[in-house]
Amino acid sequence: MIDWQLIADNREMLLDGMLYSLTLTGTAMAGGIVIGCLLALARLSSFKPLSLFAAGYVNLFRSVPLVLVIFWFYFLLPYFGLSIGPDKSVFITFTLFEAAYYSEIIRAGIQSISRGQVSAAYALGLTYPQTMRYILLPQAFRNMLPVLLTQTVVLFQDSSLVTIIGIKDFMGSTVVVASNNGAMTEMYTFAALAYFCVCFPVSMLLKRLHKRIAVIR
Amino acid sequence: MTINLDWGIFLQESPTGDGPYWTMLATGLQWTLATALTGWAIALLVGSIVGVLRTVPYRPLALLGDAYVEVFRNIPLLVQLFFWFFVWPELLPAEIGRWMKQDMPYPEFITAALGLGWFTAARVAEQVKSGILSLPRGQKNAALALGFSLPQTYRLVILPQAFRVVIPPLTSEFMNIFKNSAAALAIGLTELTFQMKQMVEYSNEVIVSIAAATVLYMMLAFAVNRGMAWLEKKARVPGMIGGGR
Repeated sequence: MIDWQLIADNREMLLDGMLYSLTLTGTAMAGGIVIGCLLALARLSSFKPLSLFAAGYVNLFRSVPLVLVIFWFYFLLPYFGLSIGPDKSVFITFTLFEAAYYSEIIRAGIQSISRGQVSAAYALGLTYPQTMRYILLPQAFRNMLPVLLTQTVVLFQDSSLVTIIGIKDFMGSTVVVASNNGAMTEMYTFAALAYFCVCFPVSMLLKRLHKRIAVIR
Repeated sequence: MTINLDWGIFLQESPTGDGPYWTMLATGLQWTLATALTGWAIALLVGSIVGVLRTVPYRPLALLGDAYVEVFRNIPLLVQLFFWFFVWPELLPAEIGRWMKQDMPYPEFITAALGLGWFTAARVAEQVKSGILSLPRGQKNAALALGFSLPQTYRLVILPQAFRVVIPPLTSEFMNIFKNSAAALAIGLTELTFQMKQMVEYSNEVIVSIAAATVLYMMLAFAVNRGMAWLEKKARVPGMIGGGR
């Protein structure tokens, strides 16, 4: 059912594709968590315009499909004269899109820390940035680590959607090999198997991490 | 640079022969709704069965349920849709495969709805399982002690409570299925995002087309959100943690 010879012949393209998918996932995760963290802090801020902006941003991105957002940037960047090519522009797309999802996780993480921690920090004379940096965020991040990583597995799976605009990520490379060799059955079965082999062990590890952290807490 | 927005574009005739551009988007919205709702019906049915299987005290069945969830959660939706659309007909007996490829009505829609349904079923099963496990153990034990059989216990005691507990977490899955249906454009379903892309390419009104599709998705999300909030209120179980707040 899987043509291993065909896969061996095209291993370079497939590996490049996998590398692209992983780079996209890694970049969007790092950028998404940083921006997501800022958004979460903005959303919890008592300065109304800031929290309204963050809420609007998160709600906008969470109510539209990722595929639509991919097309936003695919069409809009060239329209505004920024022609960096789709294989670079999706890095912006995924970072901004995932930031909305990460920010909701981070917000829930921050809200799970008891108010007393913040009050105690202020009482000790810590400033807002200090409180965030030394008291709140370290505890919050520890609690939400499994959820953040689970979201990253989702992100890795979602990165396959860039195939739609013709990018050669792992799935995109599979499509190219499949159509060049008339081997859709073999290649798409292989793609499903490959994604499963990457995601399943990670999901299992995350489940165990989740349990361990939950116990300590 | 100056940006000229032609909002009248919606009334202009599209070159695809489908009538004016607004009907193009309307058709897309219809396919999005039809696919998501059909998929949701399948997801609820399959997801409930799989979720229940995972909690029964009979190991092979529970493992089967777990396996379903792991397989469908660890393969991207796009890859699953490609599999059902391109690979599945080849694996079936030749007769059926040929029928699927040549004579099956609306092949993109049926494949998308089924694929989306099975994909979402794994998530529904996860929620149903944790809903069942969130009930006090005494409920099941009391039912069994009263002489109910296991199927009776599930049907009359556990499930009626579990389904009400599970509604709030299912809200976000219901939202997701509308958004996820956009991935079906990859197998050629002419849903909303597909039609927006067509409109951009034919009319060159990039901003207007994108704004229209975005607003439609946001209205859809808002409607789903309100509807589910109403249902959550109706289905609240007094005194339950997951049920009422």
